[in-house]
Amino acid sequence: MASAERFVADGLPTADEEAWRYSRIDDLDLDAFTPADAASAVRPSPPAADRLPVHAAPVIQLVDGRLASLTVPDGWADQGVQIGRVVDVPGAQQLLEALGIEPVDPFARLNEAFSVDPIIVRIPTGVHLDAPIVVTHHVATAGAAAFPRLIVVAGAGSEAVVVDVATSDDVAALSVPVVELHADRGARLRYVSVQDLGLRMWQLASVMASVGQEADLVAAAVALGGGYARLRTDCRLVGRGASGDLLAAYFGEADQTLDFRTFQDHRAPDTTSNLLFKGAVAGRSRSVYTGLIRVEKEARGTNAFQTNRNIKLSDEAWAESVPNLEILNNDVHCSHASAVGPVDEEQRFYLESRGVPPLVADRLIVSGFFDEVLSKLPVDGLAGLVRAQLDAKLEREGTERG
Amino acid sequence: MSELRIEGLRAGVSGKEILKGIDLVLRSGEVHAVMGPNGSGKSTLSHVIMGRPGYEVLAGSITLDGEDVLAMDTWERAQAGLFLAMQYPTEVPGVSLAQVLSASFAAAGRSATDVPALVGAEAERIGFDARFLTRELNVDLSGGEKKRNETLQLGVLRPRFAILDELDSGLDVDALRACSARVEAATSEDGLGVLAITHYNRLLTVLKPDVVHILVKGELRATGGPELADELETTGYGAYLGEGESDREPQPADPFADPFGPGPFA
Repeated sequence: MASAERFVADGLPTADEEAWRYSRIDDLDLDAFTPADAASAVRPSPPAADRLPVHAAPVIQLVDGRLASLTVPDGWADQGVQIGRVVDVPGAQQLLEALGIEPVDPFARLNEAFSVDPIIVRIPTGVHLDAPIVVTHHVATAGAAAFPRLIVVAGAGSEAVVVDVATSDDVAALSVPVVELHADRGARLRYVSVQDLGLRMWQLASVMASVGQEADLVAAAVALGGGYARLRTDCRLVGRGASGDLLAAYFGEADQTLDFRTFQDHRAPDTTSNLLFKGAVAGRSRSVYTGLIRVEKEARGTNAFQTNRNIKLSDEAWAESVPNLEILNNDVHCSHASAVGPVDEEQRFYLESRGVPPLVADRLIVSGFFDEVLSKLPVDGLAGLVRAQLDAKLEREGTERG
Repeated sequence: MSELRIEGLRAGVSGKEILKGIDLVLRSGEVHAVMGPNGSGKSTLSHVIMGRPGYEVLAGSITLDGEDVLAMDTWERAQAGLFLAMQYPTEVPGVSLAQVLSASFAAAGRSATDVPALVGAEAERIGFDARFLTRELNVDLSGGEKKRNETLQLGVLRPRFAILDELDSGLDVDALRACSARVEAATSEDGLGVLAITHYNRLLTVLKPDVVHILVKGELRATGGPELADELETTGYGAYLGEGESDREPQPADPFADPFGPGPFA
């Protein structure tokens, strides 16, 4: 329990720290939550597949951070694909030790200490998976603290898509998920998280990606739910010619706070990262985006781009956007852009001048605003489902305003 | 027979009066040209008729068959039968022409199922490539394509009155002919009334005006038949200037100009 001791020694971060500025960390009362009980005989069931915001059937289902079911599609085992709890997969422990990933922050450390059923997915060299690996994390127990952990290791030249869906019952609980994505030389790994938690949930999530030589990663996030939902994404480009695209679409309403921290970490030459995060805030909701592009001295020939745009749909909503650059090599091409503003008045006037009522015009414009991200989601059929959820949010927002 | 009546209209931007008393009556099937130099208030007139935010009406009235247009929201003006073909059509990322026209039909209580067929027919009439129809509205279109797009929407929405704000700017000869011929046809087929705001004569070679107004310094200084436009070709606007007036005036401040550069969603 070295991680737990370290966490206790370090204590919780505070909003005075840069990575926690504008966060609601100071409101978090960890004592209100208890790790989900291993001895509990009654394990709540995961939601039915038809209640999930994805079409594909789940492969891995976690409830309160514990493995509830595992269904590996036919043929994957024959291709050498390994999926299971780290303790059950031969060689997994040694592999993780070899990868040697340190927790990125105190909550990742807490996850390391309390994660009960860390799951590993290992795709062998050259294997192209024919279907997405759908993972569901459902939180069902009030007062529970859940620590889901997923490690995906994509071997050289392999191709895989992971869809990670977080849902909850309408309970006050804490979820601290950690995802590690390792793309070995020439691998193509696509990861999409859809966060659709209840509005009383706390989430402190981290996604850590390590991208090897000529490998290509897309990590996309759709954030819809949560009372306070934080997602930290670290994208480490560690091999020459590695590429990482980071995407997010988020929509806050009521009293939600959606909090995103990104680190585009260029550690090797000729690496490329491209970040596009777009959000809308309605009601009294808040969103935070802070991002850092860091180019190490050895990362010559880096291309790094970072764009965060936010639409404020009400006077009481609030969005913060703070892009940062830290560049230690001169041979780079970097840019960042950020904006927070209401629905574009000229766009609204244009649509109104065609006879479209203002609320409908705003819905079309906001929906169109997200299109740039949704059209890039690397899973077929997901964009439509997310669009429907966003439309429902816009509908509620419009009803409140109208 | 419908009538768009503008009486004693005075309007401006940020406290600066630009239109200083406009009187104009446009009836179904008529084409009126409003011609004037830069800064004369031509675009302001079109924006005020459509209710663009940022423009203040200081006095006067605009009525459509007796209904108070100035009391309506922009979308209600459109639903009442007014259409503005914009000089610089706005780019609306992620939104398609079909979505906008369907939303407009739905607001009018009309079935939107006809929209694709209507759009297709109109596109063919003005030689607009069908591949533009599903693309994002006005995004990455050339100036001429944007104007064809405006004309196409006019054809689908079938307004009672269309204000064409410099439809001829940025158009090549073929597009100009296609667009003006389409508007001309609407005047006879649907009884469309047209207020064609233009700098030059070339639009009016196909779209024949019944009445020509000369707008200078926010006032209609002359009104006459088509021959007035021909006269302008030789005399220029100088003849309509008062003593000590210059034909150049700084453009009114754009109320949408962003002092900090490109807008948040540019």
